[in-house]
Amino acid sequence: MKTFLLAAATAVATVIAGSAFAASHGNFKPAVIYDMGGKFDKSFNESVYNGIKRFSDETGIEVMEFEVTNEAQREQAMRRMVQRGATVVLGVGFGQADAINAVAGDNPDVNFSIIDVNWLNQPNLRQYAFKEHEGSYLVGMIAASFSKSGTVGFVGGMDIPLIRAFECGYQQGARAANADINLLGNMTGTTPAAWNDPAKGAELTRSQIDRGADVIYQAAGGTGVGVIQAAADAGKYSIGVDSNQNHMAPGSVLTSMLKRVDVAAYNTMKDAMEGNFDAGVYNLGLAENGVGWALDENNAALISDEMKAAVEDAAAKIISGEIMVHDYRADNTCPVS
Amino acid sequence: MFKSLGTPPPLPRWAEVLLLPLINIAVAFLACAVVIWALGENPREVLWTLFQGPFLYPGNLGYTLYYATNFIFTGLAVAVAFHAKLFNIGGEGQVTLGGLGVGLLVMSLGPTLPAILMVPMVILVSAAFGALWALIPGYLQAYRGSHIVITTIMFNFIASAIMVSLLSGPMMQPGQMSPQTPPFPSNAVLHKTHDVLHWLGFDQVANSPMNLSFFVALLALVGTWMLIWRTRLGYEIRGIGNNPDAAHYAGIRVPRIVLLTMAISGALAGMMALNEVAGAQQRVILNFSGQYGFVGIAVALIGRNHPVGILLASLLFGALYQGGTEIDFNYQSITREMVTLIQGLIILFSGALYYMFDPWLARILALILPRKANPEGGPS
Repeated sequence: MKTFLLAAATAVATVIAGSAFAASHGNFKPAVIYDMGGKFDKSFNESVYNGIKRFSDETGIEVMEFEVTNEAQREQAMRRMVQRGATVVLGVGFGQADAINAVAGDNPDVNFSIIDVNWLNQPNLRQYAFKEHEGSYLVGMIAASFSKSGTVGFVGGMDIPLIRAFECGYQQGARAANADINLLGNMTGTTPAAWNDPAKGAELTRSQIDRGADVIYQAAGGTGVGVIQAAADAGKYSIGVDSNQNHMAPGSVLTSMLKRVDVAAYNTMKDAMEGNFDAGVYNLGLAENGVGWALDENNAALISDEMKAAVEDAAAKIISGEIMVHDYRADNTCPVS
Repeated sequence: MFKSLGTPPPLPRWAEVLLLPLINIAVAFLACAVVIWALGENPREVLWTLFQGPFLYPGNLGYTLYYATNFIFTGLAVAVAFHAKLFNIGGEGQVTLGGLGVGLLVMSLGPTLPAILMVPMVILVSAAFGALWALIPGYLQAYRGSHIVITTIMFNFIASAIMVSLLSGPMMQPGQMSPQTPPFPSNAVLHKTHDVLHWLGFDQVANSPMNLSFFVALLALVGTWMLIWRTRLGYEIRGIGNNPDAAHYAGIRVPRIVLLTMAISGALAGMMALNEVAGAQQRVILNFSGQYGFVGIAVALIGRNHPVGILLASLLFGALYQGGTEIDFNYQSITREMVTLIQGLIILFSGALYYMFDPWLARILALILPRKANPEGGPS
């Protein structure tokens, strides 16, 4: 046993020795690390992928990429990208916050950027956060003014404060448009499986429809596909999230709450390439075009001119500060229930 | 000396222990090569990466052993229960509760106690919480006849729900968004191996999440071997595994042994939290259990429920996890889903189809080897 331990320790010491890598700089080498959902999750990661793809298509520069499959890989992937000479590393999602904080601290010459995080502090780290509650407020207004039954619903993915912020913003908007509106809300689950359970999403949607809802907003990743499908099957209406999902069931998707992570990803790469990379926190709300709502040929017939005017008026008031949308994450409570 | 294995001539022990696994791994790699070739990559280079990845790149042996630590704990948990013919599918929940216990302990005591007191308490609490979480299904099985498979699976969901509500509520670190606790103070952590080696003067050792809980895992392997084959309790566990009625007739108190077995199994699973919570992350994060509780079932099966086998199987799984990461890095055309497929093929051939080549190999060896080498049975 003792000899084995000794042998193991020596093996560890010798084999993992010699990691003093100096990352080569001078030429621009971007890298992106997608999170657990994978880059084709039809939602958050895929939106980042679209931004990266746009950058690659425009510039012809290939972006190194990696999809993590467990927590430990996040830091490993970032360190490996730096070893391979990456000059800018983009992390996707708040799950990578600790990893990027550690790696950015160890590699002051490399630029880092992360999406959905605003609480870190490194001189070489840019952070993007989104005011999802503002965009959700607007689609909440649309839902409540469109609803004929007087009941609107929300289906969330995993029950975490971020998703509660979507729900809370939506409910505030709905109440603002119709003070008597009846609000329903369900979370799909408590584990990451809740991000990819379309069957349960459809089940929750049907249950909300049975309880009178005729518009259902989803913020649930892949689960949302089931919500949109179930609402379309029942002849009711749904609201998409993150990217423009109006096309997924034309005429049934009332609108989509846009969260422009693709722009964040694109800007990170573009700024780094042009030498304009700056650290700091970018809080993207309505004023910065970081969130918004989707109006295209698929839902033009559903959105009346009054609704459009009311929503644009509210958006202007949110930007000017006249309307304050409460962020659930600020104190983990929601003023509306 | 020789083991009878059925109608074909018995396989010599050296062939069963050495030759058969080698043949299985060779066939597994052959199958992988076909898949890789079909993807348009060079099989030799990719498989070399799969080997290099876990062992040769800087820092990567650390990652391999870090993954292996998880598999040792969860594999042992499944194996101990299996010796009593209890299928503990609840490793995932027991791991979660172990981590919860560690989190509660550290957050309530804070940095007050010295590490020499705190670290043993962390180890004990992780085991105690895992054991408690397995005891409830154990009690329901032993005294109420509820099937252990069903109850342990359901307890996984309960554990997950408890964890989510605590981590996104009272235990959550303020000022950020991830459902996780604040970082642990240094008195409560199991230090990273590279830090320890740095103190010892090995300055060049690369970072990895491998930590001192690996050595706790090695102790657990030895402890489990002693328990199962060298103690009275182990004898009773194997007794009720072989035949509960006979065991009862022989005076073994079956329900009590079921409870004890589940407690030990849960304790081993709970100790996986040492590696993830007290060692690698040094805080409680959501889903740190990372499906290792379920993979532990495969580890125990491949390891034939024996500590030595579980150690080897854990190293194989650790190497596959780490080597797979490396393939994913080096080849953009091989997606992580294909990596999972390659890993699955190796597990399939080295585990599930372990005895596939047994009869053929035995017949061939019987032809080649002189007859006197086979005194017990002899070819028919």
